[in-house]
Amino acid sequence: MFWQKEIETLSRDKLSALQLERLGRTLARVYERVPFYRKAMDGNGFRPEDLRGLKDITALPFTTREDLRAGYPDGLLAVERTEAVRLHTSSGTTGKPKAIFFSRRDLDQAAELLARCLVMTGTGPGDVLQNMMTYGLFTGALMMHYAAEKVGILVIPSGPGNTERQLDLMRDFGTTVLHITPSYLLYLADYLARAGLDPARDLKLKRAYVGAEPYSEETRRKIESLYGIDIYNSYGLSEMNGPGVAFECAGKQGMHLWEDNFLMEVVDPETGRPRAEGEAGELILTTLNREAMPIIRYRTRDITSVISEPCACGRTHRRITRIAGRADDMFIVRGVNIFPQQVERVLMAVSGVAQNYQIILDSYDQMTVRVEIQREVFDGHVEHLIRLKNLIIDRLRSEIVVRPEVELVEPGSLPTFEGKGKRVIDRRTM
Amino acid sequence: MTGVRQISVFASNRPGKIAAITGVLAEAGINIMGMNIASSGDFGVIKFLVNDLEKADRALREKGFTISLNEVLAIEMEDVPGGLHRIADLLYRKNINVEYSYGLPMKPHRNAILIIEVEDVEQAKLLLKNEPLRFLSEPEIQKERG
Repeated sequence: MFWQKEIETLSRDKLSALQLERLGRTLARVYERVPFYRKAMDGNGFRPEDLRGLKDITALPFTTREDLRAGYPDGLLAVERTEAVRLHTSSGTTGKPKAIFFSRRDLDQAAELLARCLVMTGTGPGDVLQNMMTYGLFTGALMMHYAAEKVGILVIPSGPGNTERQLDLMRDFGTTVLHITPSYLLYLADYLARAGLDPARDLKLKRAYVGAEPYSEETRRKIESLYGIDIYNSYGLSEMNGPGVAFECAGKQGMHLWEDNFLMEVVDPETGRPRAEGEAGELILTTLNREAMPIIRYRTRDITSVISEPCACGRTHRRITRIAGRADDMFIVRGVNIFPQQVERVLMAVSGVAQNYQIILDSYDQMTVRVEIQREVFDGHVEHLIRLKNLIIDRLRSEIVVRPEVELVEPGSLPTFEGKGKRVIDRRTM
Repeated sequence: MTGVRQISVFASNRPGKIAAITGVLAEAGINIMGMNIASSGDFGVIKFLVNDLEKADRALREKGFTISLNEVLAIEMEDVPGGLHRIADLLYRKNINVEYSYGLPMKPHRNAILIIEVEDVEQAKLLLKNEPLRFLSEPEIQKERG
């Protein structure tokens, strides 16, 4: 199923030509209207009319989160403030937020992209979407809301939290699709189990769009079997519209990134140099179809790689692999680069272990992983627990090279997350 | 022979953890007849022999503790030199491996009760069926305990 079949299946040649045309327009627009970009181009001796091919973009500097913060509140705006109709901010843990403006056309375009994603994964009129992301300054819920309405889906704008009421809504209105964070979906599974409910029997769920936080393939499979539904990975960030920048098709082998709207590059996160095709690195995005606030070569800090092989679904827009981690989440123990997702992947494959874990970093050569045991596996025998612990240590060592300490803890003793989960506690810099 | 059940509680090795468990038992009015801790560094398993197992089970579950009930053997042991050896030797000859063990005093006879935990309690019972040992039931332990 296609929402915009022509553009979704446009030949690679035509797609590249469209990208080049839109990139040229975007560069001309920001050169003329945004002093920050004019200065950046002048500083590199580049004029928009110098653009010959898509590769020429590498002559331009990156836009970083710090640049967006420095431009706060409206320094990077390419239209009059009166032409902007929506403001979103993306808050960092420290310092000023990033403000992103959208014109009416930008919002409509963002909704079109996400509508493609919904239809691509089988959602359409007749479906009921319970939107359990946060409505507000965060883009997630609102963008999905408008896209789903555009497709003709009944939207329940429940937002997150109040699990009892969420469950009532699901049952009373026959919710078929969820838009939710992975940690809340896991929490909900636990909640349903405690309430003696079986999602496959007691609910009408067919699929869930899970995003806003990284999660592993193992977690996806675990949730899919817990609920008996399909989970589709989505990728997005507030700076680039929010959800729907890239999305999985029914094949679930990587996420199609809508290349008519975004130009992607993959670079070495340390040096900023381009990676060879298919190699993992930091994703760099340039908006190609945005009026109010175009962003050139944005450093997403997300680690991924590009899949160039054609997809069976017929879409020509290339896919990116599941986000391997945030360049910022990566931590180093004994000189080894480690992502929390690697630890999660191992834990999810060990039976007897619950869904929650925590990584404690006390020194540069030792990490401790706290793991909750599952209530059902406890049989009173300390030897069985020691065996479980040693199994986890062995599996982790073969995945991340470093041999970690593992602490088994009681079920429910680690913090659970209804929002963004913070799994790594780094005490080394304090 | 009648089985005796003990309650095992999973516990992180942190100060106050035992007090948290015994507090729940005290509040529920449960008498602890025997206790044993199997520790493994950062976590341990605390085993209790109590006068009201169902009540203890309920009270601890309600407070969210991770618990398990399992059967152990309670054997009367003479309180004389060689008393424990007689039983240990018998277990050895029957090839029964003891995982955990602890003793309880007995009031009227100056004897003691040996609690032993084995991997396969049913098999152990079968092997010891015809041996000259006295196995105590839960009510008997309550009655005879010192």
